[in-house]
Amino acid sequence: MIRYIRRAAWLCCALLVALLVNAARLQVVQSDALGKSPANRRSDIARYAEPRGNIIVGGRSVTGSKDTGQQLRFERTYPEGPLYAPVTGFSSQTYGTTLIENAQDRALAGTDPLLRAIPLWHDISRGRPPGGDVITTIEPSMQRAAFAGLGGKRGAVAALEPSTGRILALVSSPSYDPGVLSGTGTAVTAAWDRLQSAATRPLVNRAIRQTYPPGSAFKIVTAAAALDAGVVTDVDAPLGTPDPFLLPGTRTRLPNAVRGCGDTSLAHALQWSCNTVMADVGARVGLTGILATVRAFGFNDRDLHIPSAVTPSNFDTRMSPDQLALSSIGQFNTTATPLQMAMVAAAVAHGGEVMRPHLVDRVVARGTRAISRTHPMPYQRAMKPTTARRLQELMVRVVEDGTGANAAIPGALVGGKTGTAQHGLDNSGTPYAWFISWAQREDAFQPAVAVAVVVEDAEAVRGHISGGGSAAPIARAVMEAALRK
Amino acid sequence: MTATTKAPAHPPPLAPHPARRRGVEFSLLVCAVLICVYGYAAVGLARNHAVPEDALRYGGGLGLVALLAHLAVRLRAPYADPLLLPIAVLLNGLGLVLIHRLDLETPNHPAAPAQLLWSALGVALFTATVLVLRDHRTLQRYAYVSVATALALMIAPILFPAVNGARIWIRIGGLSFQPGEFAKILLAVFFAAYLAANHHALAVTGRRIWRLQLPTGRVLGPIVTIWLTSVAVLILERDLGTSLLFFGLFVIMLYVATGRTGWIAVGLTLAAAGAFAVGVFEPHVHSRVEDWLDPFATIEAGRGAGQVAQSLFAFGAGGVLGTGLGLGHSTLIGFAVKSDFILATAGEELGLVGLTGILLLYGLLVARGFDAGLHLRDPFGRLLAIGLASIVALQVFVITGGVTGLIPLTGMAMPFLAQGGSSVVANWLIVALLIKVSHSARTPIDPPEAR
Repeated sequence: MIRYIRRAAWLCCALLVALLVNAARLQVVQSDALGKSPANRRSDIARYAEPRGNIIVGGRSVTGSKDTGQQLRFERTYPEGPLYAPVTGFSSQTYGTTLIENAQDRALAGTDPLLRAIPLWHDISRGRPPGGDVITTIEPSMQRAAFAGLGGKRGAVAALEPSTGRILALVSSPSYDPGVLSGTGTAVTAAWDRLQSAATRPLVNRAIRQTYPPGSAFKIVTAAAALDAGVVTDVDAPLGTPDPFLLPGTRTRLPNAVRGCGDTSLAHALQWSCNTVMADVGARVGLTGILATVRAFGFNDRDLHIPSAVTPSNFDTRMSPDQLALSSIGQFNTTATPLQMAMVAAAVAHGGEVMRPHLVDRVVARGTRAISRTHPMPYQRAMKPTTARRLQELMVRVVEDGTGANAAIPGALVGGKTGTAQHGLDNSGTPYAWFISWAQREDAFQPAVAVAVVVEDAEAVRGHISGGGSAAPIARAVMEAALRK
Repeated sequence: MTATTKAPAHPPPLAPHPARRRGVEFSLLVCAVLICVYGYAAVGLARNHAVPEDALRYGGGLGLVALLAHLAVRLRAPYADPLLLPIAVLLNGLGLVLIHRLDLETPNHPAAPAQLLWSALGVALFTATVLVLRDHRTLQRYAYVSVATALALMIAPILFPAVNGARIWIRIGGLSFQPGEFAKILLAVFFAAYLAANHHALAVTGRRIWRLQLPTGRVLGPIVTIWLTSVAVLILERDLGTSLLFFGLFVIMLYVATGRTGWIAVGLTLAAAGAFAVGVFEPHVHSRVEDWLDPFATIEAGRGAGQVAQSLFAFGAGGVLGTGLGLGHSTLIGFAVKSDFILATAGEELGLVGLTGILLLYGLLVARGFDAGLHLRDPFGRLLAIGLASIVALQVFVITGGVTGLIPLTGMAMPFLAQGGSSVVANWLIVALLIKVSHSARTPIDPPEAR
């Protein structure tokens, strides 16, 4: 019997070994794969177990956390929802994250290794450090001015500090309340479906994710290219462009919306937005020269992040001379985001240098320790300093005595450029109204703010849409807010 | 002269057993209690950042219960294996910690207090058994009483309503009771007694077919009848875990008694055929086989993770070192987390290291049972020890294999760890019997008395 007992014991031993080998397979070999299964809720539970770090605007938090007592414990709240939605994005337990909530997720959720004060401590204690706070560059007064200025009309505003690239206002309208997407359940799903299917597309961030034909506002870029290339040396000398202008190589006549554009100067052409002159100038500079300048402003850049990705603005790289002429006045395939056009205004305001636009000033761990900081960094040089100085003067003339008169601010130096962009098949769509500008306090050393405003108001009567009429007052309100601080 | 005549012609008798090892047992018991108190404190620290106020009371209670059992062993089984009791106390204490830890997630359905009561009852039964049962051989006389009681216990639940698809419960008042847990011990007693009496007849008489020695119907008859009855009852009750356990127990004991490898072959063939048939035709079991073949099928079908998948997630989340007591999310498994799936909590929160430790404790418990079997002289004692150890081994294999996806899941309680009153009490009874058996095995034979 002894022999058989021993054999039975070996059988039990073999069973034990089988269990141990299988357990090791699960817990060592397959551990990661099991953890990554979409049905495994552990990572979600851990993610929402602690309140998320906050997003700070002007020293105050524009986000909060609500303890739901549910399995996914903390939900995001947005006390001023729609106002800052184009900045914060949403953090949803159902639909993920967008914008800053997405770009700074690791810091906000507390998974960023930099949040660990003592390396390895949280690995040993199995804890997760509390989420860090993200401090934005947004100025609340300017954000409010832009939001109120658009007043629910479809459009967007982007404002920059030209000398640093700090984004001071970023508004997309109509907006939405990110708080309705925070949790889980049918209410959230219903809100999502409603936002997704709304004709006004509130979830699209028009300031950085939507491109529009820039229309006449683009003429600043063409003028910079012409001055830098030496095609125009004297801004006040007549350039000999006929009105109407025959597009190169075609029989198509390009008209003007205003009178007095025949054989006029660059200064006058910008002041009154002459299509003919600027199309001619663009064609004279040539594709290579124009491309070099538009790229330096940031067009066609697929890698621009603020830190969220910015949809690239487009300027075609292969065009016939007539297409180039049209592109030079912001038509044809030329499209730009409001942020890109704010960068154009900022480049002029900052002596021709574009600073890298950024929305996050710094990330701080709970307490005060900054774990990362965004330093102002040059992005590209868009034009020579002399060119920038000349364009500043010309933009000031647009506001003082030109199409941009609605943007004038008493006691401040304001430069601007209007734009009314045709679009749609045979230009049948309601035109977009543009205004790009910058403003400088008279006692200040350099401009404080550069703004781009676009209004796509489908409700308005077509004839009433113009950059000077619809967009310039909004830009003025934002600039006033900037100059007051 | 007398000295030379007394000089042994045969090898000298074995030296008296070196020691009773009760001190070792006591030290190990202290360790076991301390580990459990540490675990209880760790849960409190992890969940509330404070050591629970009643940690000392919990430790004191567990220590008192262990001391009681230890004194009983000192008094009536002084030569018993010193590892058995500490292992039982450690596993039972650890089970209480895990159940208490899971209670924190389900504050409306606490299970630990009842489990504590049942554990105390189990230790009381253990103490009573150790004190009252003078010699395990007494049980041999009650073979047929045992088997009659076992069958009665197994049939009784048919009269009661099914719980979660299985008719294995007797509910009287607020108390529920799983008679199958005791039936398996009684069956082991019967098998041991019957096989001890008839193992020669089973091994050498009867017809021989090919390489298989079939015993005569007279000898084999009763055993097969009883075994078939028990299996039939269990299939009616939908408790395939216990059915599998009975089957395994029967095959192992028959093999140890007769040494016929053919029994293993027949047993395995029958088990495979039975498992296949049941797996195909019984919907309850069929779904479990499907879960085993592809635990993640429900995820791909968009219905989320099932029980087994959740259990695998828990083990995976534990990794090598575990999340730490109180910090896992094994409650995602659902309603059976405190009973059938308790090991998943251990796997997640104690990691592969803790899980291996627990499995090795069971391995040690089984090994000590086998060791007692090897050292006993009476066939009944041997078979009883092997039978009891095999019950533990098979239960551990079936439930661990089930929750880790090695074999299809069959509902069964992890000895001592899982929530379940009858199970805890029955397992304490098994340990009490093993203590008595090992005491007999290790008691030194006084040469004059032996002659």
